[in-house]
Amino acid sequence: MSSKRNRWAPGFSFLLLCSCCMSSARNANALLELSPQEYLSSLQPGKASLVYFSRNVSPGVRPFLEQMESSVQPLQDYGISVVKVNCPKEEVSRYCGKQNALLKAYLFRGNILLREFPTDALFNVNAIVANVLFALLFNEVKYIASPVDHQNLENSLKGRLNVIFAYVPAIGTAEHRAVMEAAFVYGTAHQFILTTEVLLLKSVSTEDADGLSAQLFFCHCKRVTEPTQPCRRTPMEQPLSTLNIHKYLKLMEAPIVTEVAADPEKVSTVHLQLGLPLVFILSQKETYEADRRTAEFVAWQLLGRAGVALLARDSLGLNVLLQSNVALKTAEEGVPIKYLVLEDTDEIIALVENKLKGEQFQEYEEEEDEEEKENSDKDVQDDQVVEAIHRDRKRELPLDLIRTLTEETFHPAVTETGHTAVLFYASWEAVSLATLQSYVEVAVELKGTSGVSLARVNCWDWPGVCAKQNVTQFPVVKIYEKGERPVTYGGMLGTEDLLRFIMLSRVSCPLKLASAAAVEGYLRGELLAELLPYHTTSVLGLFMPSMKEAREAFIEAGTILKGYVTTGLYYGDDASVLSSKYNAPLPALLFARHEERSIDPVLLSRLTPQEIAQTIRYQLLETFPEITVENLPAYWSLGRPLLILFSDGDLGPWDRNEMLRLGRGSDREAFLACWLNLQRTPAGRGILKAYFSTPPPLPLLAWVNLHAGGEVFAFPPDQPVTQSNVLSWLEKCRAGLQLPSTTLSDAPWTPPLPAYNFLRMMESTLPEFTLHTAYGRGDPPGPWQAEAAEEKAPVREEQAEEPRAEAEEGQPPGRDLRGTVPRLVGRERQVKRHAEL
Amino acid sequence: MVFPLAKGARGLLLTFALCMSLACTSRASALVHHDYCIIGAGPSGLQMAYFLQQASRDYVVFERSHAPGSFFALYPRHRKLISINKRYTGKSNSEFNLRHDWNSLLSHDSRLLFRHYSRDFFPHADTMVRYLEDFASRLELQVQYNTAITHVTLDRDPQAWNSHYFILTDQNSQTYRCSLLLVATGTWVPNVVSFTGSEYVEGYETVSINPDDFAGQTVLILGRGNSAFETAENILGVTNFIHMVSRSRVRLSWATHYVGDLRAINNGLLDTYQLKSLDGLLEGDLEDLAIVKDKKGKLHITLRFYLENSNSSAGAETVTLPQDELDNFATRAPYDRVIRCLGWKFDFSIYNRSLRLMPGRGNKRKYPQIKPSYESRGTRGLFVLGTASHSNDFRKSAGGFIHGFRYTTRAVHRLLENRHHGVPWPSPIYPITQLTNSIIKRVNEASGLYQMFSVLADIILVKENATAFEYLEEYPVGILAQLELHTGRKAPSGLFAVIMEYGRNFSGADKDVFYYNRAVGEAQHAWQSNFLHPVIYYYKRLPTEREMRLRPPDWPLPRPDAIHHIVEDFLTDWTAPNAHILPLRRFLENCLGTDLRNFFAESCFLIALTRQKLPPSCQQGYLRMQGLVGSEGLRRHAVKASLMENYTVVDSPNKLLDGQKELHDQLLKDHVIPGRPLQHLINTKDEL
Repeated sequence: MSSKRNRWAPGFSFLLLCSCCMSSARNANALLELSPQEYLSSLQPGKASLVYFSRNVSPGVRPFLEQMESSVQPLQDYGISVVKVNCPKEEVSRYCGKQNALLKAYLFRGNILLREFPTDALFNVNAIVANVLFALLFNEVKYIASPVDHQNLENSLKGRLNVIFAYVPAIGTAEHRAVMEAAFVYGTAHQFILTTEVLLLKSVSTEDADGLSAQLFFCHCKRVTEPTQPCRRTPMEQPLSTLNIHKYLKLMEAPIVTEVAADPEKVSTVHLQLGLPLVFILSQKETYEADRRTAEFVAWQLLGRAGVALLARDSLGLNVLLQSNVALKTAEEGVPIKYLVLEDTDEIIALVENKLKGEQFQEYEEEEDEEEKENSDKDVQDDQVVEAIHRDRKRELPLDLIRTLTEETFHPAVTETGHTAVLFYASWEAVSLATLQSYVEVAVELKGTSGVSLARVNCWDWPGVCAKQNVTQFPVVKIYEKGERPVTYGGMLGTEDLLRFIMLSRVSCPLKLASAAAVEGYLRGELLAELLPYHTTSVLGLFMPSMKEAREAFIEAGTILKGYVTTGLYYGDDASVLSSKYNAPLPALLFARHEERSIDPVLLSRLTPQEIAQTIRYQLLETFPEITVENLPAYWSLGRPLLILFSDGDLGPWDRNEMLRLGRGSDREAFLACWLNLQRTPAGRGILKAYFSTPPPLPLLAWVNLHAGGEVFAFPPDQPVTQSNVLSWLEKCRAGLQLPSTTLSDAPWTPPLPAYNFLRMMESTLPEFTLHTAYGRGDPPGPWQAEAAEEKAPVREEQAEEPRAEAEEGQPPGRDLRGTVPRLVGRERQVKRHAEL
Repeated sequence: MVFPLAKGARGLLLTFALCMSLACTSRASALVHHDYCIIGAGPSGLQMAYFLQQASRDYVVFERSHAPGSFFALYPRHRKLISINKRYTGKSNSEFNLRHDWNSLLSHDSRLLFRHYSRDFFPHADTMVRYLEDFASRLELQVQYNTAITHVTLDRDPQAWNSHYFILTDQNSQTYRCSLLLVATGTWVPNVVSFTGSEYVEGYETVSINPDDFAGQTVLILGRGNSAFETAENILGVTNFIHMVSRSRVRLSWATHYVGDLRAINNGLLDTYQLKSLDGLLEGDLEDLAIVKDKKGKLHITLRFYLENSNSSAGAETVTLPQDELDNFATRAPYDRVIRCLGWKFDFSIYNRSLRLMPGRGNKRKYPQIKPSYESRGTRGLFVLGTASHSNDFRKSAGGFIHGFRYTTRAVHRLLENRHHGVPWPSPIYPITQLTNSIIKRVNEASGLYQMFSVLADIILVKENATAFEYLEEYPVGILAQLELHTGRKAPSGLFAVIMEYGRNFSGADKDVFYYNRAVGEAQHAWQSNFLHPVIYYYKRLPTEREMRLRPPDWPLPRPDAIHHIVEDFLTDWTAPNAHILPLRRFLENCLGTDLRNFFAESCFLIALTRQKLPPSCQQGYLRMQGLVGSEGLRRHAVKASLMENYTVVDSPNKLLDGQKELHDQLLKDHVIPGRPLQHLINTKDEL
């Protein structure tokens, strides 16, 4: 045997050579034809020979002889000579004489007959080589037919030898030959088992074996220490050929994990030599054990497909990221090693598989990407406020203009200055932080304004302060004034609105006016000139001195409106003079619209504070407003359809005039005439886009039936916008004689994306959770159900936990790569911090 | 609020004093009535007194000693409390800080925080006594000292709250009539095991605490709790060796997450045992034990079995010792002392049989049987508070300790307020847009949820149409099925229960809680979290009592319609926008079938004019004139994230469309790419 091995030592390249030289050395490999005497004298002890005794060559034997001849060379490689002995006609010896001997070939070792083959069995070269080697390697290759025998044999080999289990559908096939050729070389190193029984194959194979194709398994019995433990099996995935088996066994013999402490670029292993990739797991002294486990786990997964090496991090160059935990080296020359940050061992396996599958699977890969994207969508932030704040997190806000209050400083702070605005917020909450940014802008605007100070309380730090101030949600802005009830801001959370509120709430509301002259000054806007940038209308309550009840209701209404409106109060003796001057029967409200320089009286007929406040609010609405982001809600609440004139820039005087007439017309309660300036409110373009498939020419008048039906009609652009044209068109719209450009969707706002279905994930691993209660509950709610179909992929991932590896290794497999390197990086940082302390 | 109350209390005190003097003159004849009687002025008794006082209820606390907290005046014998007094957490949030303050009682007075009383991480027991005295006096709690209740019986009366009054008799035969009885006596009767020779055993309650008394002695300790180890710790350095016998294996609190198990501060003996420094641990049933004393006064361990087989009257010399047959018997060396440290049990002796106050079963027999509502199983109107109420969560949560029962006591008080005074469980109502925030706020700061994990839960009752919700804090999950009865609140359209849990199979007496990869870092694997983390159960309707009864063992609640785990966090800070808040929002959205995203005012404006329906945040914020305008920079960020569109850049109509498309494509790209690196950032954070 040892001589055989020596011949094979140069490696499998020899085999390659063989196949090349076959044809060239043809004549040297011609079938040896000898006489019986010659043959007998040529016999050498121990040397095997396949002999055919021929008497007269009948035509039926010729094909066989041709195959015999072809097998000379292959068998010679194994030291087996192929001989045709020409029997003299007269000789009747043991082999030469009998008629039936002509249908047989004989295998001798020395002069001992080992086996006789029917010529039928030696139907081609493969069959000849396979059968001959099978006979010669009787001990090295055990033929086994039943699972029990197989199990017994495997048990007896545990801890001693690895087993190579081969199934071939039939004896004498090319696969059979390949197995026998491999056994010839590796027969002493491993125990070979051969079977043709499909049943046995099924007991070995984990996959559905149909038995149509040959299969080979490497059974790792040598490493098994417990007799009860099964031998791990690695199937060979390539087709059974001598070369493939040889490569495969080489891979199986290589150490499962190679340890590398040198430059990985210079490392070469069997895998690389055989054209397979090599995966490096980057390891560090501190995590060596875990890394080793991870590497082993990966190696088992990749066995036969790629090599795995444990690479000491110290031997890496500086250009490798600290976070990298895996490197991939391919067999191709000149391709640099790729360093990667992977989270899961599955990713490594996928990486290698993709590498192996190559280009042809690109399509599939893309598909997979899509799937992955869908899954990761769920993790992508789709809340615009949260995402904006998240993206802005690195920016430091200039908070020095805003006092930070604590439990101790809160009370002194809100009592010491005249007016203190306090923002109550939570530092982890996005809307709070967005508001804080506007608040900072307000602080910049107010810098140097005396009597106003801005402060903030982080309710995450001081929940007690917030609870005491009745702040139960975030954000909340309150204005504290010495000796007054704090006022809670209820307007838009934006710089302008906040600024206006803070400025307006500095003035007492209502402002008590002492004389008729003061009233005039107030109505002209001279009295509170510094507030003019913040408001357009001043409200005056005018009462007879005797109207105490109405006056008090007005005062109360003033406090409700504090910060939003400026109100003045006059109830002097000469109120009646003012009453007749402004044509306002008392009690009355006067609205001084500073921009329009008009003063409108309104009779105060309802006398509860809320009603007065409501009246004032309503009166402050314009008849033909420009709709903006900030003021839409005020007009929206009227619940009327909108007649909007979209304009790119200011309105022309004609349009404005006609629209005003529409707004003031008899139909005014039926709709709201308004306009939208795209320059000032660019979002209007988004609205136009939603209304019309192509951007229409501007200005454009649209009728939006916002609160009922959602139809949108466009005023014909060829008609001039006049009150009568519009009104008649409106009639047609209402009567259904016009086709709407679009109808606004009334789809409800459903969850944008599914959630993780933990309940189902838990069910698969924690059956006791459902054990008792499975009967009781109805179907899961709709969204969950809908999601069930969509969400297969991540769950599959969840369930894909294979207990196999754990059971066999007896150790946690360390599937999760996150445990190794990135964690260590973190730990290092921590250690550093400790040292600093 | 505080002033009139204090006044009221003083008034009460006055009438009370009057009653007392009356009682003294007319000795035992006059019946003193109180709505609430609390037995025991320990931590739980005082805690309940505080809540009753705050609610201006008629109550009294009976204390047999002259001062509160008499248990702490004696125990622990070695005077070191093992409840942590963490004075610094790096946070100023007072609610959060209670998560790490195991000694303070709950009150509005921030001076009554334990950190003002001791600088020690493990404070001296005398400090606790001083603290309790301060708590009672500063809050002017109605405590009647030197009154030992010796007998409790029932007086049937249909007029009474529970159709019976509790009649309490003290050591002077004074009787008190109470509508409701709150038992806060703790467990103070030492557990004793009797076996042959148990007369040679010294008890933990009397054993010397001076290590000098043990110099050169060989000591056997019976028991394996903190008192046993505390005793051993004290004398470890001077004894020849210490052996410790108990039926069960040692349970380490860091493996079980149960603070009543052996704490690391007491485990010096484990060290010396495992390092073979003569000390040792043994397992065995104490009832099989027997001790015989030899002439030299040494104590020998033998087994009942041997004594039964021999003449019991014989002296130690003739008794068969195990080592006579088994010459390597473990405890063959004679001992100088045997100390019993077997813990305490509830004093059942003062309750009349008619109260049917029964001991629990198995390892809970030291506690009286109670319902999950803390009401006695035998008598309506009798509630058990404090350590004695630990049977509800024995070896699970912290209900037997100050840092746990201060919350369960508050829960009991809220139940009583609803039951007897028609004051429903406090439950502020919020708009649905605040749902995610409310949960995030609570899981990050609430101390009751954190300390009483798996026992107390925040309950969120969804209002009709899912536009608003009610928030009930720290409700005992065990009585979830009777929520409407106990709280006076209705659950018409589903509810959430927010609870804190450890991983199912993580903790345990013999589990390795330090194994590699023990922490989960990714939100999608959150359900496998091992350390304490928030879990949210969603039910479309209240679970029934049957469902509660049939829930899987060790599960706080039955199967929900949906469940969410917020992934465990190294810092217990669950405010990360992508890892914590986003998955929570998705869960809530899918339970409610709505969209809970925030929108800037501009987006709401656009939606308001282009769709007939608005998402809740626009409906409840923007349309009520409280939209979020946001700064220019933030809106730009949102545009970059393709979550908003920028309409300001426009040229010709055609270009507009093209530009739009291009922009859209560009944004789509942006939209996809950040997913990965973002994820990575989160992951590395969790791995720290």
